[in-house]
Amino acid sequence: MKLLTHNMLTSHVKGVTNGYPLLIKATEVKVNEVDFNAQFVSRMIPKLEWSALLQAADELGQRQDLPSELVADFENNEEFLKKVHRVLLEVEVMEGCLQCPESGRQFPISKGIPNMLLNEEEL
Amino acid sequence: MATPGRRACLQYLIHLAQDNLDFSPPCCFRERQYIYCQNISGAKDDIMTVVCFLSAFELWGHGRTHSELRTSLRNYPAEQMLPFLHKDSTYRINVYTFNKTLDFTERIKRIDAMDYLPFEGLVSLKSPQHVFCLLEDYGTDPNNIPEHPYYIYFGRWIADGQRELIRSHSVKNRHFIGNTSMDAGLSFIMANHAKVKEHDLVFDPFVGTGSLLVACSHFGAYVCGSDIDYNTIHGKGRSSRKDQKWRGPDENIRANLRQYGTEKLYVDVMVSDASKPVWRETALFDAIITDPPYGIRESTRRTGSHKETTKCSHVAVSQSYHLSEILADMLNFSAHRLVMGGRLVYWLPVYRPEYCEEMVPLHPCLLLISNCEQMLSSHTSRRLITMEKVKEPEGLDSLAHLSNPRFSAYQGHDTFREKYFSGLNKRLNKESKSDVKGDSIIPGSDNDRWQAPKENKHEPIH
Repeated sequence: MKLLTHNMLTSHVKGVTNGYPLLIKATEVKVNEVDFNAQFVSRMIPKLEWSALLQAADELGQRQDLPSELVADFENNEEFLKKVHRVLLEVEVMEGCLQCPESGRQFPISKGIPNMLLNEEEL
Repeated sequence: MATPGRRACLQYLIHLAQDNLDFSPPCCFRERQYIYCQNISGAKDDIMTVVCFLSAFELWGHGRTHSELRTSLRNYPAEQMLPFLHKDSTYRINVYTFNKTLDFTERIKRIDAMDYLPFEGLVSLKSPQHVFCLLEDYGTDPNNIPEHPYYIYFGRWIADGQRELIRSHSVKNRHFIGNTSMDAGLSFIMANHAKVKEHDLVFDPFVGTGSLLVACSHFGAYVCGSDIDYNTIHGKGRSSRKDQKWRGPDENIRANLRQYGTEKLYVDVMVSDASKPVWRETALFDAIITDPPYGIRESTRRTGSHKETTKCSHVAVSQSYHLSEILADMLNFSAHRLVMGGRLVYWLPVYRPEYCEEMVPLHPCLLLISNCEQMLSSHTSRRLITMEKVKEPEGLDSLAHLSNPRFSAYQGHDTFREKYFSGLNKRLNKESKSDVKGDSIIPGSDNDRWQAPKENKHEPIH
């Protein structure tokens, strides 16, 4: 699971009112090199919850020098876009789980694939 | 024939691979497999990505007879013609005939007859700078070929479509496939309909083995998907190939993208229920492109159940998922998660004797763009539905389907499936006169992963 995906996921456990962002409990994290695409990263940034991205990067120890505030004029700041690119698309949680911040329900991640299914009593 | 009037701007002619396709770019005029367009922006780039186009031409003239063509060509502005005809250029003229074969001398005659055009360049058959084409249309009935063509076109060749992709991306050579992998040609057509392009983010909520993601990533879009089937997403379980029992260790969607060199565009896939809101509520996707399960070859399922969970703890038991609910969920999801102007492209199963256009589900935020049929049998077909988000959802928009009669056709448990097999049941009864009963074909259990009888295997619906 990449952090781009994590940034878009939310808990859907019954009764939970604030299920975002999901906490990441990783036991295996990989950094895979992915071709940098400035245009795509620029397009994604306005869709991101920046604080959730920072929190996720912190949890995985992958924050590096990603600034805590979104920089103005980011489209033309290649250095910044590359940092975002790395966190969004290169850092991958391979094993571990996502945890609902309110109910504590855990969604396992196995071989890089999150399993968001709930049991019937949680629906 | 209502030919478009003369205009100062350029006209284009696009030759389609099939004349029964409803697919055409907006603002054009259509005559069988030929479509006229005006002002195709970036014409060449667009056409290069479209799979059901054979070729595109800058249309210089047309007519029912060669003399009409000549008049038409004489009216074509010289200033638009001359840059391609001057004496330092090289060119060749191709003659294409449809539904008739002309022998070599006939072709030469046709080319020589074009000498009223001011060609000043040198002929180069091998590497011409400009290619001109004379197209003669002799209709579509091979048993009734007229002596003279119905219509003639002349133009400058611009680009060929992407027919080659259908072969190069054939499912036969794909690393990871399933029982219902979408055929390469249709996948590309769906991606074309969704206007998938570079830097897009595309989502398939019923991703299966990721055939649609393969097509979308070919056009440079980043892709993600989800599916309720844990085994499919993880590439486990029985292989769909006839000579292979179990799936290999690296049979998954990511490997499929890797096979075509687009792994860099892989975002994620996950195990999730399309009926549940796991995505944050914001406009995320540029396109949602999917082939929902209809319970014909793969069962329709969602989580929540009346049975005890017996599998490993995190694999929830699934229950049946009515087609009307799938459609309502999918339209609502698209209305919320698509960016403005983003497109939803999906297949709708249809029982042909009862189909009418009013049965296509609508949504207050989604505009129906096109609706094309693929026939599957005498009584069933599926329709490729393309919708575009035109408005942000508000208030009661997400409940619109409850009062919408369009969804009622898909309500009731498995009505489509029953109808789908009604013709088959009759046939089986007639052919074998054995004890085949309707009950044995329509499964009683909701949870059984269930497949169509052998006789039906070639039909791609599911």
